Amino acid sequence: MGPLVPEVIGNELNFIVALFVGIAFGFILEQAGFSTSKKLVGLFYGYDFTVLRVFFTAGLVAMIGVIAFDHWGLLDISLVYINPTFLWSALVGGLIMGLGFVVGGFCPGTSVCAAAIGKIDAMIFVAASFLGVFLFAEGYPLFENLYKAAPWGNVRVFDSLGMSQSLFAFLLTVVAVGAFWAVTLIENKVNGKSNPEFNSKPLYYGLTGLALIIALSAFALPERRQSLLSEVNDSRFVNGYALEAMDCDELAFDIMDKDKNLQIIDLRSQKDFNAMSLPNSTRFNLENLFEKDAHKLLTIKHKKNVFIADDEMLEKKAAVLASELGYSEIYYLKGGLKQFRNDILNFQQPGTASNQHERDTYRFRTNAAQVLPMLIQEYKLKMTASGSQQTKAKRVVGGC
Amino acid sequence: MNETKYMNPYLAGFFLGLILLVTIFITGRGLGASGAVKSGVVAAVQVVTPAHTADTKFYKEYSEEHPGNPLKNWLVFEIIGVVIGAFISGLISNRLKLELEHSPKSTTKIRIAGALVGGALFGFGAQLGRGCTSGAALSGMAVLSTGGLITMMAIFGGAYAFAYFFRKMWI
Repeated sequence: MGPLVPEVIGNELNFIVALFVGIAFGFILEQAGFSTSKKLVGLFYGYDFTVLRVFFTAGLVAMIGVIAFDHWGLLDISLVYINPTFLWSALVGGLIMGLGFVVGGFCPGTSVCAAAIGKIDAMIFVAASFLGVFLFAEGYPLFENLYKAAPWGNVRVFDSLGMSQSLFAFLLTVVAVGAFWAVTLIENKVNGKSNPEFNSKPLYYGLTGLALIIALSAFALPERRQSLLSEVNDSRFVNGYALEAMDCDELAFDIMDKDKNLQIIDLRSQKDFNAMSLPNSTRFNLENLFEKDAHKLLTIKHKKNVFIADDEMLEKKAAVLASELGYSEIYYLKGGLKQFRNDILNFQQPGTASNQHERDTYRFRTNAAQVLPMLIQEYKLKMTASGSQQTKAKRVVGGC
Repeated sequence: MNETKYMNPYLAGFFLGLILLVTIFITGRGLGASGAVKSGVVAAVQVVTPAHTADTKFYKEYSEEHPGNPLKNWLVFEIIGVVIGAFISGLISNRLKLELEHSPKSTTKIRIAGALVGGALFGFGAQLGRGCTSGAALSGMAVLSTGGLITMMAIFGGAYAFAYFFRKMWI
């Protein structure tokens, strides 16, 4: 599950990845014609809309790809860098960059690309951009208030607009396809002739159709998480689902046996978890079961994954969710932690045993009621000593 | 030999989108450019006046966010790649040529002044806007970041708004 950095690809190897990404990036920019300011500013004077075509196509492909990867569980979007939103600096900074664009004829990426093939004006632009950054750095105290005003956090645009991701993706695709059509008309008018490259009508109708079909399919994609979460809120569905239960005695036995294959997934609140948690348990909730941390834990081979919570129903919900997400060896604790406390941790023998089975059970539980609290205490001390109870994967730091 | 034609823009866009998607899948972050310039500036100032970087707020905040050598930065490696990639592309398409390009209706002097002022403005604006056309606008669009899309609209909207006043430089 992506992102592959830092687990699959280490931070050092990531620099090599950056180099190759850059080579591909620079190659495509140059092939697209972004290495000449004449072609770039054509966008603003209506004679060449290459920039808009390349930019919008790239944005759509990447956007739809990210949505699809997220949907298929290939990418944990909660770990991906989402550019933070600071309303005023984004607006004012953007306007200044727009002015720089028409005056200088490049943007930073394209200027580097043009400088690489020998454009002297681009080399000047690159050198001057260092100066611009330097001026910002030196004058930073003056701009700091503007720079940090209206922090909205890592918000995503469909949330800001209060619509679904699929609707926004669809609308953006429609706008882009409309823009592709409109700019070709403008271009032909400004240049007084039509560009033969965009005349092969059937091909472009085909591509337009394909783009719109893909855009429509966006509606089918991101519903999975929502629909799964609403499915597990239906108790009839959960109770009708074939799940495997583990009873309290078995769980107690496995813990005391220090069974290496046992993984306990605790669904309670952080507060309850801190107050008392079973050895080698990890805390999750229904939401973050979809994320990469859960994926890493639940895909370890030959493990028994037992969901625990005070309430058995919550355990079952999580177990259904995990099964639906394709994880195997999923169990829920029969009766929940309520019963575990009652039958094991605070075990009181209810009178004398009437048969051999009861006698064995009572003996085991009496023993467990003494041993388990010690194991729990021991584990707690170990965790406090090592500093962290749980390492959580962090969002990648990116941006310019 | 003549220069080869440019790639079809939709095809180029498709490839660029795939590169961005793969980058996000592997590294969890998008593309960028102006960040490398920032690393370069910080590194240069550190070498020239180490004391200044230690007591100026901008540099202090930078080294808090990016500990270690400022040049050991993802975007610096990426930009080195961009130079190599663009050079290879220019080589195979016969576009390697040392020249100062300007519109026939403009002059070399005006072009140099424009590149200087424009570059400085872009560098400054990219700091304020937390990224440029690549880092904020394109990568922001891929992950549907509100800030990225606002910056994108401001860059292109601003460029259209100011284009009229600088038309003599281009057309």
